[in-house]
Amino acid sequence: MEKTNNKIRITIDGKRTYVTKGSTIVEAAKENGIYIPTLCHFEGADPKACCRMCTVKINNRMMTSCTTPVTEGMEIENDTEELNEVRKSIIELLFVSGNHFCPACEKSGNCELQALAYRYKMLVPRFPYSFPRKEVDASSPKIIKEQNRCIACKRCIKTIRDEHGKHYFAYKNRGQHLEVILDPVLGDTMPDDLAKKAMENCPVGSILYKEKGFDQPIGTRKYDKQPIGSEIENNV
Amino acid sequence: MNKKILATTSLAGCFGCHMSILDIDERILDLIELVEFNKSPIDDIKKFTKPVDIGIIEGGCCNSENVEILKYFRENCKILVSLGECAIMGGLPAMRNGIPIEECLKEAYIDGPTVQENKEHILPNDEELPLLLDQVYPCHEIVKIDYFLPGCPPRADLIWNALYALITDNPMEIPYEVVKFD
Repeated sequence: MEKTNNKIRITIDGKRTYVTKGSTIVEAAKENGIYIPTLCHFEGADPKACCRMCTVKINNRMMTSCTTPVTEGMEIENDTEELNEVRKSIIELLFVSGNHFCPACEKSGNCELQALAYRYKMLVPRFPYSFPRKEVDASSPKIIKEQNRCIACKRCIKTIRDEHGKHYFAYKNRGQHLEVILDPVLGDTMPDDLAKKAMENCPVGSILYKEKGFDQPIGTRKYDKQPIGSEIENNV
Repeated sequence: MNKKILATTSLAGCFGCHMSILDIDERILDLIELVEFNKSPIDDIKKFTKPVDIGIIEGGCCNSENVEILKYFRENCKILVSLGECAIMGGLPAMRNGIPIEECLKEAYIDGPTVQENKEHILPNDEELPLLLDQVYPCHEIVKIDYFLPGCPPRADLIWNALYALITDNPMEIPYEVVKFD
């Protein structure tokens, strides 16, 4: 790519690339066919940087690449053994802190958390399972909120809003009791398309559109054959 | 070449993982050339008759008998493999984890909508029955487990690749498509 006025030069894993000024590291990498794993980040919404999956190393310092803008001459470490180990540990911690029963989950095969576990070759988490007791809220006419699977990424809170900008989902409680809940009043009149979008935007199987079960055969689901991120890597 | 000795068991599992072992199809003929089965539901040998090279565990630990058998396997097997989601993380039986045991039993035997003929409200209490644990435990939280093969059930190709590598002392090849959690 030629250097133009709105392009700056950065290096990712020793590979020099020209990227759009003002973009974040995640976006800049994607532009160049380099995958940096993300989980809580949702394209088009403000980054939250809570899951730390997109951690990269700049000047020997760990940074979240979904919030860090690129600067001229920046040297970024991404696909290294150390960072991939950190990412794998994050996935393992997420698996043991909730109740992720993949065989019984409607989102299995299309789940980003599961796909990241596949990509980083997690066979078993190295941490003890906590098996917390969580509730399933099926009181809304359109949506089931499965708290066992929620990773509190905030993607539904940020992206699912009504025409006045009101949020359908919200945080409740603090610390280890933190939960994402569906507004009981707004939830009652939730339009169909928004409920479907909420299920799509959820990276795990915590938001389920009612009356939709297992409708995709094993082998044809999103991450059955290709690892997450390969759509970016194959798009050079 | 001396044949490697294999043992298998199903703890709190559904035998689906054993079915998946059979799913290696005609390769089972190759397997039988390479290994000899000892204690296993496949040949119905109840007690170990010699030291075993590879022990395959299906299912997690939900009661005292599961724990006893798992420890028995650990004592008699050089290598232990957790096969399937239940052995690795408790699986579907572990859905009761987090719910007090009394509540579970009451729901199953007294208050459940399908309970019809338990007018005296008896919970199973025969002394022959193994004691239920407070929760379902993954096998590696009870004994040391050497290898993990996830899946519900694990794909036959994953089982075959892993077993073949272990039997022939070769590194294991794991193609992306064969490691799945469901």
